Amino acid sequence: MIRIEHISKRFKKLQALDDINAIFNNGQVVSLIGPNGSGKTTLIKSILGMVKADSGKIFVNNTQINGDPSYRSNIGYMPQIGRYPDNMKIGHLFAMMKDIRNAKDMVLDEELLKKYDLEKIFEKPMRTLSGGTRQKVSAALAFLFNPDILILDEPTAGLDPLSSEILKEKIIAEKKKNKLILITSHILSDLEEFTTHVMYMQEGKLIFLKEAETLQEETGEIKISKAIARIMKGEQPGNDWIDKVFHLNSNKKTI
Amino acid sequence: MKRRITILLFLLSALNCYAHTITTGPAVSIKKAIASAKDGDTVIITKGLYKEGNIVIQKSIAIIGQNNPVLDGENKYEIFTVSGKNITIKGISFQNSGYSAMNDYASIKVIDASNITIENNTIYNAYFAIHLSNTSYAVVRNNSIKGNPKSEQLTGNGIHLWKSNHALIENNHIQGHRDGIYFEFVTFSTVKKNFSELNIRYGIHFMFSNDDTYLNNTFLNNGAGVAVMYSKKVIMQGNRFEQNWGPSAYGILLKDISDSYISGNTFFKNTVALHLEGTSRIEINKNIFKENGWAVKIQASCNDNNFHENNFIQNSFDVGTNGSLVLNNFDNNYWDKYEGYDMNKDGKGDVPYHPVSMYSMISEQNPSTLILLRSFIVSLLDKAEKAIPSLTPENLADTKPSIKAFKL
Amino acid sequence: MLKLTRYILYDILRSKIVIAYTLFLLIVSFSMFRMEENSGKALLSLLNIILIVLPLISLVFSTIHYYNSYEFIELMLSQPMSRTRIIIAEYAGVTISLLAAFLIGAGIPVLIFSPTDTGITMLLTGLALTMIFTSLAFAVSVKARDKARGIGSVLLVWFYFALIYDGLILLILFSFSDYPLEKVTLALSFLNPLDLGRIFIMLKMDVSALMGYTGALYKDFFGSTAGMALVTGVMLLWIIIPVWLAVRYFKKKDL
Repeated sequence: MIRIEHISKRFKKLQALDDINAIFNNGQVVSLIGPNGSGKTTLIKSILGMVKADSGKIFVNNTQINGDPSYRSNIGYMPQIGRYPDNMKIGHLFAMMKDIRNAKDMVLDEELLKKYDLEKIFEKPMRTLSGGTRQKVSAALAFLFNPDILILDEPTAGLDPLSSEILKEKIIAEKKKNKLILITSHILSDLEEFTTHVMYMQEGKLIFLKEAETLQEETGEIKISKAIARIMKGEQPGNDWIDKVFHLNSNKKTI
Repeated sequence: MKRRITILLFLLSALNCYAHTITTGPAVSIKKAIASAKDGDTVIITKGLYKEGNIVIQKSIAIIGQNNPVLDGENKYEIFTVSGKNITIKGISFQNSGYSAMNDYASIKVIDASNITIENNTIYNAYFAIHLSNTSYAVVRNNSIKGNPKSEQLTGNGIHLWKSNHALIENNHIQGHRDGIYFEFVTFSTVKKNFSELNIRYGIHFMFSNDDTYLNNTFLNNGAGVAVMYSKKVIMQGNRFEQNWGPSAYGILLKDISDSYISGNTFFKNTVALHLEGTSRIEINKNIFKENGWAVKIQASCNDNNFHENNFIQNSFDVGTNGSLVLNNFDNNYWDKYEGYDMNKDGKGDVPYHPVSMYSMISEQNPSTLILLRSFIVSLLDKAEKAIPSLTPENLADTKPSIKAFKL
Repeated sequence: MLKLTRYILYDILRSKIVIAYTLFLLIVSFSMFRMEENSGKALLSLLNIILIVLPLISLVFSTIHYYNSYEFIELMLSQPMSRTRIIIAEYAGVTISLLAAFLIGAGIPVLIFSPTDTGITMLLTGLALTMIFTSLAFAVSVKARDKARGIGSVLLVWFYFALIYDGLILLILFSFSDYPLEKVTLALSFLNPLDLGRIFIMLKMDVSALMGYTGALYKDFFGSTAGMALVTGVMLLWIIIPVWLAVRYFKKKDL
């Protein structure tokens, strides 16, 4: 569970996060969406402690995050661009991660490692890998330690359709294990199958956080991606965005 | 019967020969023995500690210590006062001769004498150790002299010669005095194979002493090194000047010296190896200058001095000077800092070497800047100066710098 | 932390830059010792390398490494690992690799050709300066916003310590040449680790010249146990304070 209370963050002129409040519970798959620069990644990084918020509190599993890094053992993170020590081989990277996490007694989830056939290329140095392969490595790492919370930043960007599908299946499987999964993605259709909640941000503000079903009802679109696309096109979202969407719809109908 | 004959023979010989031998003993003091000796006799001092105050020797006798007798001056007396001719003092230990602010008390003082030999003695804790004045043809050899250095005023010189000639000072070891060897108005004398170290002021100090030769001596770690002044026709060869460190310490300080030779010497780790002031017509060749602060400091008051075939190795500065006037010749030396080339393969560099670096000029003006030596900014300044000389004397240069070190 | 350092070290040691640096030192030192008739002259060239090249390499390499490991640091930050631990491990990794490069590249030739007092003093000084300038580089690069600024800043740092500072001292010495400045210059030398190292070496190399003027003071000072303790202490401060600053900045930094 993640609880966010009044989080604000300012980078010089840019208000990256503006008084965000949210609660994410276990069993939810939250799609975090919004245009570029809307503060999605900043929010994720705040949860991970990489960005220090100016004000507000974040609780992970009911513990407020401050200096102590141990809460992160419950979080699996897949970054937008995974970069790793150039000269390290893949096998080495996994060994290292296990080593620094003291993973000897842990139950490891090596499903993605196997499905992506990463073990076959264990001898390859990281610098020789393509962007897609790196993404696979990042994904496998995020799930490796069986965390309660998964934070995936643009997980399918750069993955081929097959790999992307594998990842989606994995997400669904984890969802069933009552885990909290937080995803940002531009490829809206990817989120379709498993999203339970949608969080929409713009210019650092939380515009809405709604259950997917509610959203579908409100927009009248069955496909979440379309519902969201409508919102994103609407350019002046506010509290009355729904009216506008309906207004747009009624216009179309008359034509 | 036999015994009688022996005594008879002894008496006969005593009457006939000039050489008697008189031995000191419990009943015979040194003073008594000397009193009873005649010219040509030998006085043997046997092993023991003698406290007889001042002993005056004015006869042509030999005084020889047997098994190292010790003569103690009880910090009050001059021990031997010698004058006359053909006198030998040998194999005796002297200690604690007195100090006087009025007189130059010495362990062995020689006045107005000739043909004096002082050999194989040990002198410890003396004011002056061996003091010769107005003496000719003296030999001071194989003595070991060790002072107990206090201040410059309370300590006299090790071997002190004044107004003497034709002296030979050889193979002595002197330490802990004011000046190890001191010459004033001494001519036609030779100083060789001595070892003079840890003296408060100079290892050797001479003034107004012409026509003297200094060979194969070692001067180590003396307060101010070696100073030679107001003399001419001096030859210094094969000496070693080492570790003379301090603001006014010199391997050799030459002041008003002319027509002399300094060759084949080694200068090692001195603050200033060779300092020349008002000197002229000196040949300085085949010396080794190694790891000195300044190998040579030459004042503008020097002229017609020639530096040839010397090796300058690992000195912080090769040459320092205080003016731009250069009347001396520095051709054909080896400088390890030389960076030129030898296209025609004659063993001599094709571009002249300027041994005076800019920073040596700067630190001459402002000594505390020395602490920036070897810093990046200083090497840049030196490089800039080499490209466009402005501070350093343009004509102080070796026009034929040797590419290889001379075998010395 | 040791684990992490080990992996960072492993990565750096396999990168070509450190190997190139080692080879550079090795080739330069060997050729200097072989070419020059007396080892003193070679030591003199080595002194210039220690006082000019070594700080520059330490600064620039550390900075580049820091920015190149940015993503790796991010990855580590997503793990249950404290920031202090990560940055210290990074520092240790870079320092150890540079120290190893120096020990092999300069240490071996010196020990073979000139295992003298001067040679050993130079090696010790080189090691200390490596640690100090790596430390400075970390403080600067953690504080600087991007790679270009970081490298620009460390170049300025190098320029300041290698050149400008001594220029200022020279200026002071000439402006106040009528006053006794020995103690002042001694104190000032503590504010520049390069000066401290240089004087330390000079006391072996140019002791004859130094004994002339201020030298007696310096020799007494550096020769005494108290003086040596003070110098060692100041050198340690030069290592510790920048690292401490780096840790402080890093803890507050948004990644």
